[in-house]
Amino acid sequence: MKLLYFAWIKQKIGIAEEDITLPDDVATLGALVTWLKSCGPGYEEALADLAVVRFAVNQDFAGLDYPLTDGDEVAVFPPVTGG
Amino acid sequence: MIRVQAEDFDVGAEMAAMGGNDVGALASFVGLVRGGAGDDKIGAMTLEHYPGMTQKKLAEIEAEARTRWPLEDCLIIHRYGRLEPGERIVMVITASSHRQAALEACAFLIDWLKTSAPFWKLEERASGKEWVEARAADDQAVEKWAAKK
Repeated sequence: MKLLYFAWIKQKIGIAEEDITLPDDVATLGALVTWLKSCGPGYEEALADLAVVRFAVNQDFAGLDYPLTDGDEVAVFPPVTGG
Repeated sequence: MIRVQAEDFDVGAEMAAMGGNDVGALASFVGLVRGGAGDDKIGAMTLEHYPGMTQKKLAEIEAEARTRWPLEDCLIIHRYGRLEPGERIVMVITASSHRQAALEACAFLIDWLKTSAPFWKLEERASGKEWVEARAADDQAVEKWAAKK
């Protein structure tokens, strides 16, 4: 699975993207978030307040109950501020 | 049409290039980098985006506008990269037979774009760099359009 990070999420985690193998027990976006938070202090800090974190799966916005498969592209970012 | 680019654009040339056989009205919006005021002026702003998703979301927004209003033509340009105060960030142009559809579609597009296109602004000030936070007023502006549908 490809993970992409943007804006301050990217800065806290310290990388823009990474390829991971989805653990067998991670079936949803919410479970992925729980797993990522155990991956290091940067991840824990970036994902501490999910009220200011948004997700996209395969380039569409997705909620925490969204089901994942290993080929998905998952992006993690703050609420958008374009325009 | 959607264009996501680092380069500036020519407002007059873009307006003049809008096509369609039965265009009676063009409406446009141009967003600029604000400089701010006082001791904490903005020196520059860097726009980051998620390229694959940006194109997809902007195309969806355009398609939605075209289902709601009879548009002859429609253009959204959004820039990314480092921009200084006064520089253009975004432009929306809508072309229709009559003014109401053009004006409403233009307002809809910019409201919708602000809450669903994956761009993030990093402001540079004398006090440091700071990511701009999303505004509740922008969400409310989009909810207004959802209610109208």
